[in-house]
Amino acid sequence: MSSDRLAVRKTYKLYVNGAFPRSESGRTYEVTDAKGHFLANAARASRKDARDAVVAARAAFRKWSGTTAYNRGQVLYRVAEVMEGRHVQFCEEVAQSEGLSSSKARAAVDAAIDRWVWYAGWTDKLAAVLGGANPVAGPYFDFSMPEPTGVVAVLAPQQSSLLGLVSVLAPVLATGSTAVVVTSKERPLPAITLAEVLATSDVPGGVVNLLTGDAEELGTWLAEHADVDAIDLTGAPAGRAMEFEREAAGTVKRVLRPPATEPDWTADPGLSRMTPFLETKTVWHPIGV
Amino acid sequence: MACMTHVLDPDALPDDGRALMAPLPPYDDVTRSDSAFRAFLHGLPGVDQVGAESRVAMLGTRSIKTTSKAWAIDTAISMVDLTTLEGADTPGKVRSLAAKARRPDPGDPACPHVAAVCVYGDLAGVAREALGDSGIHVAAVATAFPSGRASRAVKIADVQDAVANGADEIDMVIDRGAFLSGRYLDVYEEIVAVKEACGDAHLKVILETGELVTLDNVRRASWIAMLAGGDFIKTSTGKVNPAATLPVSLVMLEAVRDFRAATGRQIGFKPAGGIRTTKDAIKHLVLINETVGADWLDPDWFRFGASSLLNDLLLQRQKLRTGHYSGPDYVTVD
Repeated sequence: MSSDRLAVRKTYKLYVNGAFPRSESGRTYEVTDAKGHFLANAARASRKDARDAVVAARAAFRKWSGTTAYNRGQVLYRVAEVMEGRHVQFCEEVAQSEGLSSSKARAAVDAAIDRWVWYAGWTDKLAAVLGGANPVAGPYFDFSMPEPTGVVAVLAPQQSSLLGLVSVLAPVLATGSTAVVVTSKERPLPAITLAEVLATSDVPGGVVNLLTGDAEELGTWLAEHADVDAIDLTGAPAGRAMEFEREAAGTVKRVLRPPATEPDWTADPGLSRMTPFLETKTVWHPIGV
Repeated sequence: MACMTHVLDPDALPDDGRALMAPLPPYDDVTRSDSAFRAFLHGLPGVDQVGAESRVAMLGTRSIKTTSKAWAIDTAISMVDLTTLEGADTPGKVRSLAAKARRPDPGDPACPHVAAVCVYGDLAGVAREALGDSGIHVAAVATAFPSGRASRAVKIADVQDAVANGADEIDMVIDRGAFLSGRYLDVYEEIVAVKEACGDAHLKVILETGELVTLDNVRRASWIAMLAGGDFIKTSTGKVNPAATLPVSLVMLEAVRDFRAATGRQIGFKPAGGIRTTKDAIKHLVLINETVGADWLDPDWFRFGASSLLNDLLLQRQKLRTGHYSGPDYVTVD
């Protein structure tokens, strides 16, 4: 009986502004597993999808950055809870996409969820670690505090489909910025499931926008876009990162350069991925009176 | 019953014994009596609402790209009535708006200036002074804008005050209460009286289509305004939702077209309220071209009443000029 059942062939969509639209261009592409077998169709985002995603991320920024750090941590922790509920699905997709054994895939998914929880815990501790009172030679209270930079475009790693994605996305959210993410082109399925997780957790629509497609095509538009405040080039195609950085210079974006090769994502990231997307605000306040 | 406001309240009109201006032929006798006017207005062809909606939906799918889009954006900018109608308006705000009207994009001298600045009557003088000889018009809303609920004497005084302050375009609201209760001649006479008070100033007649309920009523109100001598018909005050929807614009443009065909007089059209994006603006330009023709694609005959539209037009203009997307940090905060 079960062998007679027709396969449900999947054509996934983008995740923009809390909804799942098709690409404006109508384009899709085939996603295969590590051995080249068909898995599903994914939407291939165009520059106009990137533009819409930036508009959504900008609109969501005020509320997300204005949320208290404690509350932001709670919202992110809730994402980890929902990810845990999708554990089996994530394991299967990571195993297929990256060609890992089931035990290695499970280890990667566990590490991804733990990483998310780890960043969720950082939200209300960053200000204490990175900010503080400055000793100044005058009758002033002088203190500095980190503030989110705005809309961050993220070119997610091409190899590590879930752990790598979480490792670049979670720090952007934890620090209070909003994100437009271009997922791994060959391995987008875990990212699509993460989009479904985000849509069913408490993250407001527009805070995270996930575009499946080609970082080479979309990177230029995001790097040049005047309403993007920072860009993480981790998943930029080889040889293009320098070009994207040059284009980003036109609007003085914060740029996080890619490592020479994709790093070992299981290593402790420290604060290195959070500080690039923070601005330091310093306040001088007169003492007395 | 004696205290009820009446149609032909003799005190409401200037008491100089002159007869009201009759409409242009062949409509010079339709206003001879209340019943004749009603019969005329109700005899106008009914509007097929579903047809109007599908027509504008079809026209809305036109794809305007590259050089056509650049032309459309510059044309739309030159047609904007840059508007501020807030209780919190100050002379300073009007001056900054006037500066923006003269040079919408300070980074690009090739950017055209807007058509007019639209303010409340008491600030028309400030706008006039700030705009100087730039060729930009000063439009003032009058006649107890936006509700229109005041006696006719007050409305006329409001208009005269705005004109005296330097406004060369007056945006009046019709008496929707009178219209909806069927006192069409009352509405007509009021517009005639306001037109007279305007002197040389152009008169734009706001129908406030959001309160007229049906497209049939929109067509009737358009005809009343045109017969009474309005220079422009305008959809909305911007204070009521819905405001300028495309089906409403279609019906009003058809009225304008039919009026010119019958009388030879061309009337302008101004959608206002709810037009916020370049895409909306371009849809309107397409609608004009396809409904009344290119004669109306001119700031003398077509205006956008808008405040936030201009910024979006500028962003799109910058995108076309520089090749990359711009952002709200690159235009002024109004």
